Amino acid sequence: MTVEAKLGQVANYVDERTGAAAFLKKSLKKVFPDHWSFLLGEVALYSFVILLLSGTFLTFWFDPSMREVVYEGAYQPLEGVKMSAAYASALHISFEVRGGLLMRQIHHWAALIFMAAIVAHLLRVFFTGAFRKPREGNWIIGVGLLTLGIVEGFLGYSLPDDLLSGTGIRIAEAIIQAIPVVGSYLSYFAFGGVFPGELFIPRIYIVHVLLLPGAFLALITVHLMLVWYQKHTQYPGPGRTEKNVVGYQLMPMYMAKAGGFFFIVFGVTAFLAAVASINPIWLYGPYTPAQISAGSQPDWYMGWLDGLVRMAPPIETYFFGYTVSWNILIPGLIIPGILFTGMALYPFIESWITGDKREHHLLDRPRNAPNRTALGAMSLTFMMVTLINGGNDLIATHFDLSINQIMWGTRFGVLILPPLAFIITKRLCLSLQRADRELVLHGRETGRLLRMPSGEFVEVHEPISPEKAFILTSHEQMPALDLPAVDARGVKRAGALKNKLRARLSKANAEAVPKVSVEDLKEIENH
Amino acid sequence: MSSQLEPIKDPGLPAHVHRKTDTDPKAADRAERQVAAMFGISALGTVLLIISYVFIPDDVFVFIPIMGNQNAHQLGLGLGMAIALFFIGLGAIHWAKTLMPDQEVVMQRHEFRSPEQDRKDFVDTVKEGAASSGLGRRSLIKRSLGAALGLSALSPILLLRDLGPLPGPEQKKTNWKSGTYLVTDPGDRRIKASDLEVGSVAQVMPEFADPKDRHLDDIAKDALLLIRLRPSEFNLEPDRLAMTHEGIIAFSKICSHMGCAVALYEQTTKHLLCPCHQSTFDVTRAAKVIFGPAARPLPQLDITVDDEGYLIARKPFSEPVGPSFWGREKS
Repeated sequence: MTVEAKLGQVANYVDERTGAAAFLKKSLKKVFPDHWSFLLGEVALYSFVILLLSGTFLTFWFDPSMREVVYEGAYQPLEGVKMSAAYASALHISFEVRGGLLMRQIHHWAALIFMAAIVAHLLRVFFTGAFRKPREGNWIIGVGLLTLGIVEGFLGYSLPDDLLSGTGIRIAEAIIQAIPVVGSYLSYFAFGGVFPGELFIPRIYIVHVLLLPGAFLALITVHLMLVWYQKHTQYPGPGRTEKNVVGYQLMPMYMAKAGGFFFIVFGVTAFLAAVASINPIWLYGPYTPAQISAGSQPDWYMGWLDGLVRMAPPIETYFFGYTVSWNILIPGLIIPGILFTGMALYPFIESWITGDKREHHLLDRPRNAPNRTALGAMSLTFMMVTLINGGNDLIATHFDLSINQIMWGTRFGVLILPPLAFIITKRLCLSLQRADRELVLHGRETGRLLRMPSGEFVEVHEPISPEKAFILTSHEQMPALDLPAVDARGVKRAGALKNKLRARLSKANAEAVPKVSVEDLKEIENH
Repeated sequence: MSSQLEPIKDPGLPAHVHRKTDTDPKAADRAERQVAAMFGISALGTVLLIISYVFIPDDVFVFIPIMGNQNAHQLGLGLGMAIALFFIGLGAIHWAKTLMPDQEVVMQRHEFRSPEQDRKDFVDTVKEGAASSGLGRRSLIKRSLGAALGLSALSPILLLRDLGPLPGPEQKKTNWKSGTYLVTDPGDRRIKASDLEVGSVAQVMPEFADPKDRHLDDIAKDALLLIRLRPSEFNLEPDRLAMTHEGIIAFSKICSHMGCAVALYEQTTKHLLCPCHQSTFDVTRAAKVIFGPAARPLPQLDITVDDEGYLIARKPFSEPVGPSFWGREKS
C-alpha cells in the first residue's frame, strides 16, 4: 500500500470516531500568508517548546532547596564550601550529569531567544498595525505573555542560587519592601520572614516550573486559536484585499516549513549552547549577602529596568515618620506600570483617536502611519537609553568612560532623546511618503543620463510596474475627525477638554503627504 | 476603501512562475537527493552526539581558534545535537521549497459580525435571560451576591496568611550589641586596631559563640566594612568622629538603596561604590551619598576597643540597616 493510501486510512479512522472530517478538511487547506516577519512569533513559540523540554530535563536533578550543604562534587575550586542544596545541585548538573551543562545552556539561551522573539514579534505587530480590530484581544494576551516572560525569566535565573542570582533576589526584595504601607508585610510573606530565609527558592521553583508555564500554555493556546480563527493578517499587494488571504496551504507547505523551522530554531539554540558559555554559575560562587561580583548584570530583558533604577534621582520622602522610597518606586514600579498599561491599551487609544471601528486585515506600511511609527520609535529609544544605562559599568570599562558621565548622559538622554526620536521618525515617514508619491508620478531613476541638444543633462526616469504602483497607492488616508467644541445646535459638548484633546490628537494623526490621486495621474498624462 | 477612488487599479495576483523543479524532472530528482543528503547529515550529527556521550571523557580539552580551550565532551554533545536538529529542519524546508506545490492560493475571509437578524436575536436572548433571572428587578439578590462573591475572595488571601510571620523587631535589629567583638570574615578572629593598615579595608562580622550559628539571615544584616584612614583625612561632625577609633571607621556593608553588598572601595578617592546601581558614598564624610540613586548614607557603627585592644562595638546601630521600608523610622 502506498503512503498516500495509508494516510487516507488514518483520516478515515479519525473521522469515523470524531466526525471531524468537515472541520479538518477545511483546516488542512487553511491558507497562511508568507513573509519573513511572520516567523518572529513562530520563533517565540518554538523557543517555548525548547524551554519546556530542556527545563524538564533540568528538574530531574535540580534540588530546589536552601538547605545548607558542604560541596563535595567534581568542581575542585568550590570543594568544602558551604552552599545551598540548590546551588550544589546546579553544579552537579553542570559538571557531573553528562549533557547537563549543555541542557542548562540550551535552557538559558532559549530563554533569551524567547524574550527577543517576543519583543521582535511585538514590534512587527505594532509597526504594521496588526493589533487593530478585530485583534485587540490578542494584542492584550501578547502583552500579558511578554510580562509573564520577564517574570519567568527572572525567576529562572534566580533559581541556581549563585552569587549573581541571589543579588537579583535581594534587589527584588528591596522593590517589594518599597511598596508603601504593605511592603514589609509582602516581603515577609514572600520570604517567610527576614531576607533571605530558607523558603524563597522552593517557592519560586514551583511558580517557575508549574504555575507560570501553565499560564503560558493557556495564553499561547488562546493566542494561536485566535490567529487561526481570525486568519492571519497580510501585507498589502496586488490581489490582496481586506476580504481575502493570499498564501500557501497548511498541508503540505506550511507543515513542512513550520515543522522544519522548529528544528532549525532548536538546532541554532543547541549550537549556541555548545559554543557560547552562558551564566557560568561556578565562577560566581554561592550566594552570600555580604559579597558581590563587580559588573553585576541581569539578563538583557531586565536591563532596561535595572538601567532605570540606576538613573533614578536619590529621592526619599518622610512624613509622619513613614518612609517613601521614590528612588525605587518610580523606576521599579510606577514607570513600568505606566509603560505596560499604556502598551496594553494602545489599540483602544488609537481607535479612539482615529474614530476607526472597522476591521483591518491588511497591514500598514509603517511610513503610512507616521504617528504610530514615531510613537514606537520613541518607546524604543526610551528602552535603549535605559538599557544602555543598565550596562553602564560594562560600557565604562570597555570604552574608558566614567560611570558618572554615562549616568548623567542617560539621565538627560532618557528625557530628551525619545521626543527627538518621535519628531525625526515622523518627519522620516512623511519624507518616505513623499518619495513614494514621486515614484508613482515620475517613475524610477534609471541612472541613465541624457544630453539634450541644449547641452543640458537630464536623467531618464522609467515608470514603475503596475504592481509596485498599486502597493504605493492602495493605502487609505483618513481625514482628521471633525470634533468642534460646540455641536450643531450651538451647545457646548460635554467633556470639552477630552474632546479638544481628541481633536488635537486626531489632527496630528492624520498628517500625511497626500497620496497620488486620479487627478494627479490625469494631469501627468496631459503633459 | 470603497469610499475612496482607487488611483491605480489592482493588477491582481502576479502570474505564477514555475520553478525549475516543476518543469525539469532531473532538477526535481536532484532536489530529492539534496533533501536526503541533509537528512543524512542530521543522522551523522546524532552519531557524533552518541560518540561524544559514550567515548569522550569530560576532562579533555581541545583548542579551537577564537573560542580558546573548549571541553571536548560538551562541545561534541552540543555540536552533534545542533547538527542533528538543524539539518532535519533545513531538509524539510528545502523539500517544501523545491518539491511541494508553491502555487499561491486565495481564501476568502468572512466578516466576524453576524447577520443582523442573528445579532438582534442574540442580544434579545441575553436580555431575556437577564430579565427572567430577575437580576435587574431583584436588587437584594444582586447586592447580596456581589457582597458574597467579594467576601469569598478574602479566603485565598486569608489562607495565604501563614506564608510568613508579620514583620517584627528583627527587621530593624542586627547582631551588633554593645560590646560585641568585631571578627574577621572569613576566619572569625578578633581584630586589633593595629591589624589594619592605614588605607586598607576589611569585611568583618559580629562575633558568634559558635560561628556555625551564623546564617545568611544574619550576614544579610550584620556585614560590616572597616576602613582605616589617617584621622586627619576625616571631615566629620564631632559626634561621628567620636564613633571612629584611631582612624578606623565602620559602616554597614548592606547598601541603603537596595541591599546589595557595597563592595568596591577606591583608595585614592576614599569612595565606596555599590556595584549594583553605582551609588557612591564618601567615607571621609560618614558615607554621605555623592552619586547614584541611594538616598541615605550607609549606617555607621560606633566602635571602640576593649581593655586588651580588641575592636568592639560601643553601641548597636542607631538605625535599621539595608534598604528603606515604610515603617523604617518608627520605633
